[in-house]
Amino acid sequence: MASTSQTSQPGVVTLGAEPGKPRRSESLTQRALRRLRRDRLTMIAISVILLLTFLAIMAPVISTQILGVDFAKANPVNAFLPINSPGHILGTDDLGRDHLARLLYGGQVSLGIAFTAALLSIGIGVAMGVVTGFYGGVVDDLVIWLITTINSIPSLFLLLIISAVLSPGPFGLIMVLGLLGWTGTTRLVRGETLSLREREFVVSARALGASDRRIMFVHILPNLISIITIALAIDIGVLILVESGLSFLGFGIQPPIPSWGNMLTGAQTFMRRAPHLVFAPGLLILITVLCMYIIGDGIRDAFDPRMES
Amino acid sequence: MIKYIIRRLVQAIPTFFGITLLSYLIMTAAPGDPVSLLTFDPTIKQEEVQRLAARLGTNDPWPVQYLRWLIGDDWMEIFREDLRGRPEIGLDRVRYGILRGDFGNSFFLKLPALQLIAERLPATLELGVAVLVVSLTLGIPIGILAAVWHGGAFDNATRVLAVIGNAVPNFWLGLILILIFGAWLGVLPMGGRCAQTRGGCPPVYQRLEYLVMPVTVLSLGGIAGYSRYMRASMLEQINSDYIRTAKAKGLPANMVWFKHGARNALIPIATFLGPALVGVLGGAVVTEQIFTWPGLGLLLITSITRQDYPIIMASVVIASVLTIVGYILSDVLYAVVDPRIRF
Repeated sequence: MASTSQTSQPGVVTLGAEPGKPRRSESLTQRALRRLRRDRLTMIAISVILLLTFLAIMAPVISTQILGVDFAKANPVNAFLPINSPGHILGTDDLGRDHLARLLYGGQVSLGIAFTAALLSIGIGVAMGVVTGFYGGVVDDLVIWLITTINSIPSLFLLLIISAVLSPGPFGLIMVLGLLGWTGTTRLVRGETLSLREREFVVSARALGASDRRIMFVHILPNLISIITIALAIDIGVLILVESGLSFLGFGIQPPIPSWGNMLTGAQTFMRRAPHLVFAPGLLILITVLCMYIIGDGIRDAFDPRMES
Repeated sequence: MIKYIIRRLVQAIPTFFGITLLSYLIMTAAPGDPVSLLTFDPTIKQEEVQRLAARLGTNDPWPVQYLRWLIGDDWMEIFREDLRGRPEIGLDRVRYGILRGDFGNSFFLKLPALQLIAERLPATLELGVAVLVVSLTLGIPIGILAAVWHGGAFDNATRVLAVIGNAVPNFWLGLILILIFGAWLGVLPMGGRCAQTRGGCPPVYQRLEYLVMPVTVLSLGGIAGYSRYMRASMLEQINSDYIRTAKAKGLPANMVWFKHGARNALIPIATFLGPALVGVLGGAVVTEQIFTWPGLGLLLITSITRQDYPIIMASVVIASVLTIVGYILSDVLYAVVDPRIRF
């Protein structure tokens, strides 16, 4: 906490100036990053996520250049080919499409939606949390009422009816997930802002005549970096689960666009014929979510001063 | 205590209206309405359509329609002649409003939505109670043992399992279980609540095999959550004065842990009832779909695909009310089991 209050040396920093000269002592974030780099499990999780993201982004190149298949090309003659078939490493699905290529493209959709929706919901959550925590009053009461209301409706029920009514495409789904997922972050950020607002460095900044906006951006926001990054990691994991569940039920991403969730939609009807199609999409979801949770935990430990050994 | 319960109930009123407003607003964006459904017949006259729309109020501004949905329209007969003499059954019947338990008729089955939900609720509650029992009886002992042996192999193993339990997608786990135990080994039924297709199911103890897979899938999250929570709660107790006293007077370690520690560590678990109920209701949608378990979740999915709005609205409102009640109950329970809590 002390590090960020250094950015506002009394009398030195004017409004809108550069956020200070290079610091002599290590900042909270720098120390967290240093400790994160030493945390082997978290680094493995980050590498796995980066690898999956890379594979998903490179999906068009990999499937056409290396695998030599078209992910969308249906070929009923080749349906339900087993693993290790010539030309189809992981076999083919019920319409004869290459399973591996569809997993790569599905990763594009699932990861892309989870990452952007998480960024959106965290953005909304942080903005709402800081403003309500800082100002309080009627807006605060209203937001708290809205949060209580949204949290009282089982989230899957709410998502289902909204998806059913709007039948959104990938972009619409990001909006829906982002606009519904901010409540937890808002509560967290609001609580933290409430306590930061009364700290000495904020009070002194106010006494020196700092504007509300400056206090929020320069003094409060940097101190929220740990809970924001933790929430972001956990949120991406949760959203992967939510999106895949929705798509599995047929209310998320619609075929023929593949997502890890909707690739399992028909699985029950052909699981006897092609059990290999059931395992891979779920395993990829599990691995991604697991890695995101591990990263979230790792960031929490890295920022926790009590964990210093 | 009574005062506390009343205060919590009063606090729930704005939340309840928020839920009804939110779900109503979402539904107004939905395509299809009862008028077009009733006038599907191409031979119907335009005046008849107009008359029906006026009677059902589908041309009114949405706040009016929302109020109508909340408090019904039987009282409007006093002012409006055209509303008098409506039938008690059918889609253009008298409406009493959701506050009096009237959610309207199912578009599809033409029966009161509440009745259809009441028929499905026992199946979901059966699943929910079984899940709660399993997650508590497994989660709490695991948590206690993990705390007793904290830092040991059992603690680390359960920690890993808890993280995996939270990360595994419910529907995929269900599919894998069906594949292994239903399709390959053939030891468990692949879905349904019982073998009979007509005339209801026999008592639960005669068809436990149908519960095994759905309860396993739904309990995993609960076991993971309860065991971690119980472990943290136990570890908090270790440093208490009364534990030190118990150790100091020479009580055997088992006695200290299980008789003194565990009892107090159990208290915060009471607050988990509300969130657990939400988890069961939400998880039930996916799980009931996979295992064709004829509960509220399956009804919701079928109703959404049929665009049967009265049932969708009713299930959302009822599930939310159950959630609110669950949260209040867990808070009250917490206050009951912990005498240190003052109201």
